[in-house]
Amino acid sequence: MPLLEIKDLHAKVGDREILKGINLTVNAGEVHAIMGPNGSGKSTLAQVLAGRELYVVTGGSVTYDGKDLLEMSPEDRAREGIFLAFQYPVEIPGVSNMYFLKAALNTIRKHRGLDEYDAMDFLNVVRDKMQIMKMDQTLLNRPVNAGFSGGEKKRNEIFQMAVLEPRLAVLDETDSGLDIDALRVVAAGVNAMRSPERAMVVVTHYQRLLSEIVPDFVHVLAEGRIVKSGGKELALELEAEGYADLCEEPEAVGKL
Amino acid sequence: MSAVAEQTGAWLEHFMNQAPAAAPWMQSLRDAAFARFAELGFPTTHDEEWRFTNVAAIARTAFTPVAPDTLLVYPESVRKLEPAEAEAHLARHAAFDRNPFVALNTAFLGNVTVLEIPRGIVVETPIEIAYEVPERPDLGPNLAAHPRTLILVGEGAHCTIVETYKGAGAYFTNAVTEIVVGDRAVVDHYKVQQESVTAFHIATLQATIGRSAAFSSHSISLGGALVRNDANATLSTGSDATLNGLYIVNGTQHVDNHTLIDHAMPHGTSHELYKGILDGKAHAVFNGKIIVRQDAQKTDSKQTNKNLVLSDDAVVDTKPELQIFADDVRCTHGATIGQLDGEALFYLQSRGIGKREARRLLTYAFAQDVVDRIKVQSLRDSLERILFEKFHEHAE
Repeated sequence: MPLLEIKDLHAKVGDREILKGINLTVNAGEVHAIMGPNGSGKSTLAQVLAGRELYVVTGGSVTYDGKDLLEMSPEDRAREGIFLAFQYPVEIPGVSNMYFLKAALNTIRKHRGLDEYDAMDFLNVVRDKMQIMKMDQTLLNRPVNAGFSGGEKKRNEIFQMAVLEPRLAVLDETDSGLDIDALRVVAAGVNAMRSPERAMVVVTHYQRLLSEIVPDFVHVLAEGRIVKSGGKELALELEAEGYADLCEEPEAVGKL
Repeated sequence: MSAVAEQTGAWLEHFMNQAPAAAPWMQSLRDAAFARFAELGFPTTHDEEWRFTNVAAIARTAFTPVAPDTLLVYPESVRKLEPAEAEAHLARHAAFDRNPFVALNTAFLGNVTVLEIPRGIVVETPIEIAYEVPERPDLGPNLAAHPRTLILVGEGAHCTIVETYKGAGAYFTNAVTEIVVGDRAVVDHYKVQQESVTAFHIATLQATIGRSAAFSSHSISLGGALVRNDANATLSTGSDATLNGLYIVNGTQHVDNHTLIDHAMPHGTSHELYKGILDGKAHAVFNGKIIVRQDAQKTDSKQTNKNLVLSDDAVVDTKPELQIFADDVRCTHGATIGQLDGEALFYLQSRGIGKREARRLLTYAFAQDVVDRIKVQSLRDSLERILFEKFHEHAE
């Protein structure tokens, strides 16, 4: 049974249809890259998977671990093991990173039938993971993402992922706004999480992230549909040739 | 002019039946204050200062005066004075000529709490003043208490004052606190209003701040059916005033915070942050008046009022009121009324935190910066506990 199965998924925001029939199957252990130009629907797909209510699903189905994902609240999706690394992590002044992450981790642990962590357990768990992400421990006491630099925010996302240990991680443009050094730290964090039980969907505009996080499959999303799929070499082709050829309607290509 | 339904007659009767004041000058004050109260009558919503706060329910009720239970905790370095020893200051700061509630309080001057912090003394532990309206069914159904406090802080002295108000059932607290901050003194004042949700609470705080002195007020308003807080500060040369506030209301609670910062002399600074959280059909009013007089050059003043509205039916009226007569000053103000941030809610949910808990967390976070400004650890802890419980029920 695939971990994630998306069939003919349609979604809109307001009156604008953005996803126009997505089909995608992701098995445990696989890393799928979703590439495509701006406005193609990549981020919408990521947000729909996480359950953002702003996007209304108008057709199709998403099955996660045999369950109807679209029926689940965002928090239930997270508790079942879905994690979205946000393109724009939200600043939450007044809530410390520590309180937030401990609350999240304990909710998820409780859902999995595990004991909740106390403050000491929690610190032990996060200390190692902060080191991998080269994050300063003082970040724990700061409000969630508030006043973080772009790079710190992205690292914080992957750090959260490392702590929450999802089964399906969706990374939305995690490379945007990162310099090459920060990109390598983030990618190392992601790579450390790769495992046969865990799947990842990596949404990106650029190939450079995919030379650090090497995917098993690459899909090209254009105008709300996956127009081409292939292996990791597809990313290199796209880097060389751009998206232009792929972005026209497939029918139109046929007529020529 | 008083409306027919006003119970001025009942107030007069209780005024006349009081035991004589402890000193002739106090009796004169009482007489003058009652005369002024009788002239002014209770304010109506036609009065600009009371436009959004209708006190008809107070005006219509025949109250019976009662002395509040008063609990004082203060170290040896603080002197407790008899009211009769405080002629130079008592009722000289909180003017009763314009505010009928201050007049009414002054008309019943009696058990005044007068504390003096001698010059140069640094009082490290907070001075606690707790007022509670007692349950006295034998006196009748509608009790009215007029707690009165005068704090005299000597030159260069430092102190922290925590004033609390509590009670049970339906009653009326009409409080006046005067604080005289000596030159170069540092005073932090906290007021925690936890009246019963069926009580009326009207209170005036008047701080007169000396040269190069620093005064801060933190007004936490949680209880009461109808609440009006006036926090007034008058600055001297180089004074620093901070007025912070947090009000949390639900149901049909009404809370009105009026602040007045009077920059009378040059080089003063003032900072003001009031935050409110409203649920149900609650109504909050904020009016922040800042006067910068002609002599008050180099004034630096900042005012912020932020409101978080959790329901569709809650109402906020917020108004800055700047009167600036000097030309070399910096004054900024800002007010916001908003709901919980949908992006932030989703972010928390996407990490497994349930919607209700996420709302609670964000609501709590909204209040956090005011709570963080509270320097008394025990007060901050108890407030955090209260907020935690309150938002738990709000989120239901």
